[in-house]
Amino acid sequence: MGTIFHLDIVSAEESIYSGPVEFLVAPAQMGEVGIYPRHTPMLTRIKSGMVRIKAQLKEEELIYVSGGMLEVQPDIVTILADTAVRSHDLDEAKAIEAKRAAEEAMKSKESELDYARAQAELIEAMAQLAAIDKLRKRGH
Amino acid sequence: MAGSREVRNKIKSVKNTQKITRAMEMVAASKMRKAQDRMKKARPYGEKIRNVAAHMSRANTEYRHPFLIERDTVKRIGIIIVTSDKGLCGGLNTNVLRKAINQMKAWQADGEQIEVCCIGNKGLGFMSRIGASVTSQVIGLGDTPDMEKLIGAVKVVLDGYTQDQFDRVYVFYNRFINTMKQEPVMEQLLPLTDERMQKEDQTNDKPKATWDYIYEPEAKPVIDDIMVRYVEALIYQAVTENMASEQSARMVAMKAASDNAGSVIDELTLIYNKSRQAAITKELSEIVGGAAAV
Repeated sequence: MGTIFHLDIVSAEESIYSGPVEFLVAPAQMGEVGIYPRHTPMLTRIKSGMVRIKAQLKEEELIYVSGGMLEVQPDIVTILADTAVRSHDLDEAKAIEAKRAAEEAMKSKESELDYARAQAELIEAMAQLAAIDKLRKRGH
Repeated sequence: MAGSREVRNKIKSVKNTQKITRAMEMVAASKMRKAQDRMKKARPYGEKIRNVAAHMSRANTEYRHPFLIERDTVKRIGIIIVTSDKGLCGGLNTNVLRKAINQMKAWQADGEQIEVCCIGNKGLGFMSRIGASVTSQVIGLGDTPDMEKLIGAVKVVLDGYTQDQFDRVYVFYNRFINTMKQEPVMEQLLPLTDERMQKEDQTNDKPKATWDYIYEPEAKPVIDDIMVRYVEALIYQAVTENMASEQSARMVAMKAASDNAGSVIDELTLIYNKSRQAAITKELSEIVGGAAAV
């Protein structure tokens, strides 16, 4: 105790690394940070880049992360890696796109509505056919 | 033999249908395994970010994020409905939409305004048909739910919340319980309730701390980022659960369809054989009758 800490690197789509390590270097937003056990609690954004990990009795390991958040607790360090390339402008553009698509769908309503209507009509027609079929059978 | 030919054609067509449903069943079974894997892989991230958020809510932070603050009056509600893009998966979408519509009616009766964010084609079609106001949408997620595709639609809702357009945000989706069982659920997304955070933070039972983090570069943007990611992780989890539910519901529905096709085929075969035998008997008796007459 005291010479190692637990490190988790996770992204929304998978867990990338989990285990005890001695030392870690991460590309924080304000410059690289090196973390040894019993570091002060810290929260920071990290840029995309290499995270250098030194586990006990092992060679140094390099893991690429495409940005995310770094949380440091005295004996647990968590890196929440992003899976998508994030920036404020990009997020904004995506939000506008999602909104526009919804508005368009609401305005024209055509594709979905037509599809829904066609589906409803199809179901009705099928029910009618089934009823005719039954009647015909009874007639026999 | 006109009747028996009809029956034979019918049998052939049912057999073809059965082939299709069986193929769909197998496709769904293999996709289900992958969807479940993805759901499990998404869990560690959710757990970690929950821990971080819980640490943060316990820490003596200098800035309290709006997502954590409960509002007194609730006038406008944002809901996120997660459905599948494709049909043929039993009552999956119907169940979750029914739950949503009942809840919406109750809210409307209380005079609350509702805006909807649709994830998935089926929900979007349904919501625009009933004339709900849809603020954002994501369709065509495919088999792999990319975080990237969800970001935009989620941001619309989160921005709506921070800009006081919504006072509460709920999410509807199908929770995956097991292959045979999926449950439509409604969860409050925003504001993040203390109760929820505490429930989720059983791993680490330290008393409320007086410490605060060191923030780089500053408290506000970092906490904002964490909170947005936390909510996104919750939604992402809902989407992966819904996808696993979709595939297993489809597998079960297609299995039932194949079984039904099998029993229809059995029935029709019986009818076919009966009519064939009747025809033979008729022919025989005609021959015998003819021979006796001679």
